[in-house]
Order: sequence, then structure tokens, then C-alpha cells
Amino acid sequence: MSKTIKLKKGFDINLAGKAEKTVANTPISETFAIKPTDFVGIKRPKLKVKEGDNVKAGSPVLFDKMQEEVMICSPVSGEVVEVKRGAKRKILEIKILADKEVEYESFKTYSVSDLQGLTKEDAFVQMAAGGVWPNLIQRPYGVIANQADTPKAIFISTFDTHPLAADAGFTLKDKEEAFQAGIDVLKKFTDGKVYLNFNAHGEVAKVFANVAGVEHNKISGKHPAGNVGVQIHHIDPINKGDIVWTVTPYGVAQIGSLFLEGKYDASRLVAVAGSEVSSPQYHKTYRGACINKFLEGNLKNDHVRCISGNVLTGEHIEKDGYLGFYDNTLSVIPEGDQPEFLGWITPQKERLSFHRAWGLFSFLNGKDKEYVLDSNTNGEPRAFVQTGTFEEVTPMDIYPTYLIKAIMSEDFDNMEALGIYEVIEEDLALCEFIDVSKHDIQQIVREGLELMQNG
Amino acid sequence: MKFLHDLLEKQRPLFEKGGKFEKFYPLWEANETFLFKPALTTGKRGVQVKDAIDLKRMMMTVVIAMIPCLIWGIFNVGYQHHIAVGEATSFFSLDNLLFGARWVIPIILVSYIAGGAVEVTIGIIRKHPINEGFLVTGMLIPLIVPPTIPLWQVALATVFGVLIGKEIFGGTGMNILNVAMTARAFLYFAYPSQISGEVWTQLAGKTPVDGYSGATALAVAYDTSNVGGQSVVNGLNQANAALSAPFGGEFFSFQNLMIGGVPGSIGETSALMAIIGALILIATGVGSWKIILSVFAGAFAMGTIFNLAGANAYMEMPAYYHFAIGGLAFGAVFMATDPVSASQTETGKWIYGALIGAITVIIRVVNPAYPEGIMLAVLFMNVFAPLIDFYIVQANKKRRLARATV
Repeated sequence: MSKTIKLKKGFDINLAGKAEKTVANTPISETFAIKPTDFVGIKRPKLKVKEGDNVKAGSPVLFDKMQEEVMICSPVSGEVVEVKRGAKRKILEIKILADKEVEYESFKTYSVSDLQGLTKEDAFVQMAAGGVWPNLIQRPYGVIANQADTPKAIFISTFDTHPLAADAGFTLKDKEEAFQAGIDVLKKFTDGKVYLNFNAHGEVAKVFANVAGVEHNKISGKHPAGNVGVQIHHIDPINKGDIVWTVTPYGVAQIGSLFLEGKYDASRLVAVAGSEVSSPQYHKTYRGACINKFLEGNLKNDHVRCISGNVLTGEHIEKDGYLGFYDNTLSVIPEGDQPEFLGWITPQKERLSFHRAWGLFSFLNGKDKEYVLDSNTNGEPRAFVQTGTFEEVTPMDIYPTYLIKAIMSEDFDNMEALGIYEVIEEDLALCEFIDVSKHDIQQIVREGLELMQNG
Repeated sequence: MKFLHDLLEKQRPLFEKGGKFEKFYPLWEANETFLFKPALTTGKRGVQVKDAIDLKRMMMTVVIAMIPCLIWGIFNVGYQHHIAVGEATSFFSLDNLLFGARWVIPIILVSYIAGGAVEVTIGIIRKHPINEGFLVTGMLIPLIVPPTIPLWQVALATVFGVLIGKEIFGGTGMNILNVAMTARAFLYFAYPSQISGEVWTQLAGKTPVDGYSGATALAVAYDTSNVGGQSVVNGLNQANAALSAPFGGEFFSFQNLMIGGVPGSIGETSALMAIIGALILIATGVGSWKIILSVFAGAFAMGTIFNLAGANAYMEMPAYYHFAIGGLAFGAVFMATDPVSASQTETGKWIYGALIGAITVIIRVVNPAYPEGIMLAVLFMNVFAPLIDFYIVQANKKRRLARATV
């Protein structure tokens, strides 16, 4: 039974500098990197390569000792030029200098009809070796899926409501076959359904239009309507003991390519967006690209913050940093490290606010107004005072304040009872944005998830 | 303004760890952050942009919403004085303003200075930033005391409220009771003679006119009912006939009570001004409209129930009179809505507000010792708010549990 879900709660952050649906003619980045820190829950990362090794696209670079079969593979062919380490020799980045022409490691190819006879075990072996397994994310906890589990359902959200998010339909243009093959493979891992969720008010992109073997649902509403966690909550909620997997549309197509073409295809279109970008548009590159080429001659000013991902859940990276494994957006916003005289009380319309307290007139702008927001926190951390607002941006039957307080006091029973299994960081990111008292909500959620997972 | 910021920043090393005035860092920080929105930026991971709101702005919104009540209160203190001593005056005259300011401003100053001193001291001892919550409390306390209150009592009550009502629980955001109401309750029980009886008009040493009575409408209503023989509305209409009503009708006519030309605590006499404050709080989303509305609804429902019971004249008083007499409106708008001490779940807010309204009316009508009920009703429900929330959250947990199969 497909469902149509109308969400009333939520908040859209309408930022200036949306990527136009054109592909820029930029040279490919010289270096690419794999960052073990992108993979939540990897406990003991082990290297498969050392500096100076030559790799192909799809050669294993890294794995987690806790799940030894699952490889994280090089996105391009080239030479491992640096293994950057931090304190206690923690691996931060494995940098690969790319060849001009990408050579691929070859894996077994399947025709569409072969896929019907493929067993779950064979599929896992190919996916684990071929670098696409980390696309599967397990709920609860938001960690890389474990092949030993059988999820009760697999969820795919075809739309992203985050600010400046890349459009999945555009980035996966002409990937219909790969996407369908990916779905066919995924179906082997669950006894339940594979759900494909659409924006009720958006146009259905060609790549998703005729997908077979899935159940369609339509969701309407403001952000976080596109978050897969919110969709799960309304379609088939996660209870204690349940396991659900989620995959991004890009991940599905990548899985399909691995089986149809026998290669780890890490090419992707990345949206380079934000108010400080001169011409916001899409760039063709590979996973983990160095962002310097995207920014060359493309910045309005120098004092900017580059974010791998979106402004709500992303990571602040340097101007010569690398995009994250899961990120297909580079957001560039002004750095907000300027003090403002009496900035806490002066009336203004230019800084977006969910609230309407004295002087916050952004609600008068209408919803089409595009904002230029900087990275200033607009206030200092305080104790919780305001109540009822987190609930207004969380379209789930969950009390975020109580959940967060349960996490802060490490109250395991209450964390579970209040629904920690149903959320990961991104689902409560808006709470962090609107919080009057400026708590690091997402970090608190992650701490809670780690407590629940590891005890 | 860069000059000023540089000047402040130059002093920073003195107050930071290892500096000469390291201990006073919270004080320096409070000054700096009041002058300048700090240059803090978001962290490496997580939200990279943040909402324009902060706690200071939210608290200032409440202070702004109280300004109509404050200005009205200043005029009214002057007006009540002048008619009590038999000097002809119109409500919005300069005389009234000056006289009112003469008595009200010192109370505000004492409240802010005494409370501020406690905040700073605690901030320094416990090494936490100075809390903005006091911006509101410091203004609330002067508005809920009579204009004749001795200043040392204001200071003592403020210190008590902030220290016992808030700081011992861990500061702003952690308190169980409303701080301003705690301060008033302290005065009420420690120094009853200065906060009950005929203390509501500042006579400033002059002799009142013949037939003057300093009683509030609440006291008149209660006494009328006790004596019996006539309705409360009649009793109110006949009381204080010697004084001229600023807004037409009898001195304690409904309209005069509603608009607020009567004696009482400085800021609470005008239900109209409280409603203007309510509109500001609701429009800005800072105060919960659910609480405000449900307090009024609860009071009206309880008043109606008493009307139906009708055991004495007070019970028979029209239910809507409860909105106008006493401090119900002010309490509903500024006290019950304190987010920290109120119910925190949306459903809970309805229950919490309705019970405050109902209990206020019960205390007024049934309890012989306390003419006003809002103070005790708010404090009482502050204590019960966590219990209400407990059951609402419990219901949420049960829904989740019912879904699970394991």
C-alpha cells in the first residue's frame, strides 16, 4: 500500500546561491581522498595500501577490522601520495593522485537477467569487494549495514530538502538501468519491501519514473520531509529490535553499475552552491574530490567557509579539503567571525529566524526570499529555556527536548523509550539550528546513539 | 564601533585565565556580549549556520511586552495618590507621571541591582556566564509589589527569589518555581503587613480625603460577600464612592477595573495593558498562547461553576469579573508563561494553564485568608507541571511500546 503523507511541521532554510542545472567545464581535481572519519561507527580502520602504491578505481584502500570483508575502495586510479594522520596516529585522509585516464579494477559483470538468479551471498561478496557496500546505512545508529542482518525494509528517499541540496534526478540523469539493477540487487537482502519515496509536489525525475519492484510513497512538507528517517517514522517505524537499511539514490545506481558494468563507478555530479560562489552549478568529478578546482576563480570573496555537504549536517573543510564520501554538495557561505555592535537586539530582516522574537523580522520576507547566512552562532550557549519549538520542526511523534535531556543524563531506559532508535543526527539538525540556547544537538544525538550501541 | 570593540578586547587578557582579574571573567564577558554579538562561529561538524535568535533577545522581548504595564503602573501610582489626597487630576497628567516615577523607578533600580549582584556573585563563584533570565525577573518583581513597599524589602525579596528560587537549583533554566513569584511569596509570608491590607496607594505622608479606603477590589468583593445582603457587583459599585473614577462609571466599575484605574500592585492593575503584553508575547511566539488562553478559560469555567453553585454573594459574582479584578490577567500573561517553570509539553500547557485559572478563582472565592489567588496558583502549578509532563511523555512512550513486537 503506497501512502501519501502530509507533514505540517518543519522549516525550510532558503539560501541564496542554488546550483543551476548545468554542468561546469572544470578540469578534474588532481587529488582525491578517502576520510575514515566519514564512516560513522568504524572502530578499527585498517589500511590496505601504503604511500607510493598504485591503485585502480575500485582497489581496496581501507577496511574496518570489525567487518573485514567490506572494502572502501579508491574512487580513481593513481598513486597513494599521502596518508595523513592526526593525534595517536589516527588516520585522517588517504590521498590519491589521480591518473589522467581512470583505470578500473574489474569485477564480475551480470546481465539484467543474470541478476534474477543472483544469490544474496554472491551479491554481498561482490558489493563488499567492489566498494559499494558502505552505501548501505543501517538504522538504528546510522552506521554501515551489517550483512549478517536481514532488514525489515529498505528505504530510499528520492529527494533532499536540505538547503542547497543537489537534485537527485539531475545528478542521476541517464542512470535508469543502473538504478533498476541496484534495486534488484537490494531486494535480495530484505524479506520486506523496498520503499522509494517521492516529493508529493515535485516532478518525478526520469530515472525514478519506471522503477519496478518497489513501493512508492509520496511525502509533502517542509524540511525534513526529505529525510529518510522522517519517512521511515511515518511509513514503517523502527521499534526496539528492528533493523532498517537506507540508501541514497546515488548509492543504488552505484550498486547497479557494479553489477552491470563490473566496475566501481565513483563518478558523480557535485553541486557547488552557496551565496559566495560566483556561478553555482554542478561539476563532474569522483567521490572524495579535492575542492580547490571547483573554487578557482569561482569565489566572490576570500573569507568564506567551505562545507562538505549541506549547511545543516555538513562538515567544515579547508579550501583545499576533500568532499566527504557521502556528500554530493559543496556549500560555500561567508565566515561569520565578526562581532556586531548590539547585534543581539538590533531589529533586522536579513538574518533568517524560525522565531519572531523582538526585532527578528525575517518572517515578513515571505518564503521566496533567499538568505545569505554566515557561520556566526548568533549567541552563546545557555541552559534550555524556551520550550515547544523543537517539536515544531520535528515532524515525528517524538519529544526532542526530553530525548536530548535523557541522552545528556545517560539515561538508557528513557533514551530507548523516547525513540532514540528512530533518529540520527540529521533528523534533529533543525533543532540545532533554531535552538535559542545554542546546544550542539547533533553531537548530543551521536553520543546517545553511541551509548546505546556500545553500552 | 570597532574602536570600542578593540578597547574591550584589549582588556580580555586581564580577565582570562592567568590574568589579574581572572575571577571576574563572567562580569567582563557579560559586558562584552551585551555590547557586541560575539564573533563565535559554528563548529567543524554539525549545523554550520544558526538561527538569528539568542536568549538575550528572547528575554528582552518579554521585557518589551511588560513596558505597557510599567508605564501604566507609573501613571496609576500618581493618579491613585492624587485622588486619595483630594487633588484633582486627569489620569495621563505629567504630575501623575512624575509622582509615579518618583516611587516606581527606585523599586526597579533596587530590584535590578540586588538581583544583578546575586547573579554576578554566583556567576563568579560557579564560573558560569551571567544569565539573561534576570532581565525579566528584575522587571517582574517591581510590577507585582505595592508602591509603598520599603526598598530594603524589595532587595531582600529579590535576593531570596534569585538565590532560593533559582540559583540553588543550578541557575536559569533549572528552577522549578517562578523566580518573581517566589520573591513575592517570600514578602507575603515574611512581611504580610507591608503587602496586604491598605498598602496599595502611595499617600506619601499626606492625609487622605474623607471616605477614602485603600482596599483593592478583591478585598471589597470578599468583604461584601461576608457581610451579605447585597451582590458583589453592588458592593464594588458603592465602595470608594468618594474617589473619582478615571474612566467613567463607579470607582470599581467593570470598565474601570478592566482598564486599570484602581489601586493594586504597580503593574497588575490594568488587565488591558496585560492583554497588550499578551499580544506582543503571542505575536512574537515568546509566550505560549495556549497557557494564556487556558488560564483565562480555566478562571471563567471555575467562575461559572461557582455561579451555578451560588452559595454566597462572591460565588454569584459574574465570572468575567475575575478577569478584571486582582492580578489574574498579569499573572496569566507574564507569570504562568515562564517557559522554565511551566509545563513543557504542548498538551501539558493546556492543563497547566486551565488549572492555574481555576485554582486562582477557588482561592479567591473560598479561601478566607488570601484575597488574591494567582500567586499561589502559579507556584502550586509550577510544582505540578513536571507531573503533568510526566504523564504526557509517558503516553508517548506507551504509543512507541505498543508498536513494538519484541
